[in-house]
Amino acid sequence: MTANQHETAAGRLDIAAYQRPVGVHPPLASPEYRSTQLRAPKQKLVLLSHLLTEVTGPTHGSQPVTAADADLTKRHPGEPLGERIIVTGRVLDSGGRPVPDTLVEIWQANAAGRYAHHVDDHPAPLDPNFDGAGRCMTDSHGRYRFITIKPGAYPWGNHLNAWRPAHIHFSLFGQAFTQRLVTQMYFPGDPLFAQDPIFNSVPDPKARQRMIAAFDLDLTEPEWALGYRWDIVLRGREQTVFEEG
Amino acid sequence: MQLPITPSQTIGPFLAIGLPWPDGPFVVPQGTPGAISISGRVTDGADQPLTDAMVETWQADPDGRFDHAGDPRGATGPRTPGFRGFGRCATDADGRYRIVTVRPGPLPTPDGGTEAPHIDVSVFARGLLDRVVTRIYFADEAAANAADPVLASIADPGRRATLIAGREPCGRPGEFRFDIRLQGSKETVFFDV
Repeated sequence: MTANQHETAAGRLDIAAYQRPVGVHPPLASPEYRSTQLRAPKQKLVLLSHLLTEVTGPTHGSQPVTAADADLTKRHPGEPLGERIIVTGRVLDSGGRPVPDTLVEIWQANAAGRYAHHVDDHPAPLDPNFDGAGRCMTDSHGRYRFITIKPGAYPWGNHLNAWRPAHIHFSLFGQAFTQRLVTQMYFPGDPLFAQDPIFNSVPDPKARQRMIAAFDLDLTEPEWALGYRWDIVLRGREQTVFEEG
Repeated sequence: MQLPITPSQTIGPFLAIGLPWPDGPFVVPQGTPGAISISGRVTDGADQPLTDAMVETWQADPDGRFDHAGDPRGATGPRTPGFRGFGRCATDADGRYRIVTVRPGPLPTPDGGTEAPHIDVSVFARGLLDRVVTRIYFADEAAANAADPVLASIADPGRRATLIAGREPCGRPGEFRFDIRLQGSKETVFFDV
């Protein structure tokens, strides 16, 4: 046990804070993405110290997740249309430690760029063999793996001729409230990046690249599915210098 | 080794495909003795309901403990059967959410103080490029709230009041109301976590 992880004889409670990802996430007020205009809070955020509620979090060890939940192509009697893909990678923290046994949830459009959701009125076909939702738990090395189909791009009303680059939504818990992350995974070489205000809401161009999966021939299974690799990095604990004893 | 963090993106309008769980709103099983409900509306700068948002909650158990390795006092077994600390509810056509839970206990702080009973809240929605985080405190914990270090960090009493859940008007005992306003004169206090 390290010095910052126990309660001392004096009753002092030492809690390891998590890194604050300054400049990584998009600013909430990003006017080019129109929906932010009435939804992004206007007041300055209040700095919250990392106390007990923030350094703990749900682990979902009790959620019934089965291996079948990670294969989005086998949920119906027939195979979904589209390009079958394997999406895999590791969930790590910024200290390089794997995040094991954490729930990863995904959802996405079908190969035609249509979501199985009543609000999506894009005139593209629904696929009766694809609902677009999956989940898995990371293994002891922080690895996750999904089998799905490559989602299509789709139009949206943000600006004239606006199209979302193909993407898969990801939801991650990590091991603490501070680590919760909802993001989107994109595909390499998408010609739609330059006009997408959501992708470009991330201020640092290098950080944007971290949302793009890599095509990986080694993950590709011959005559069956293309492989993409995407590692996800959550906030780690702050580096602290502590003395034993 | 330091790895750069993956950026956040909006949850988008179609989260209902993948995220709601049948038991999501139940931090404790239905019928748990002493259970309370917390419900409210999520509204935007035009006072319109968010019909495509998701509210998540995380909290200590009634003894102020977490069954989690991050609690340096050591994990404890659950004393409230089925308590999982976590709740998730998508908003409905009126922008409403509802969580069923038990009241959290007070928590010690590293400097010897005490945090009043509270629940951490994340709100996700189309138009939010990152989650926004707030806290629920309870109106009937006035003395504990007065000593709470997080509430004390908010100077304006009007803003502080946005974090206090009161009794649901016309509600039964144990029914609390907590509205979340993303903008406007009563904008909820959101935290940089």
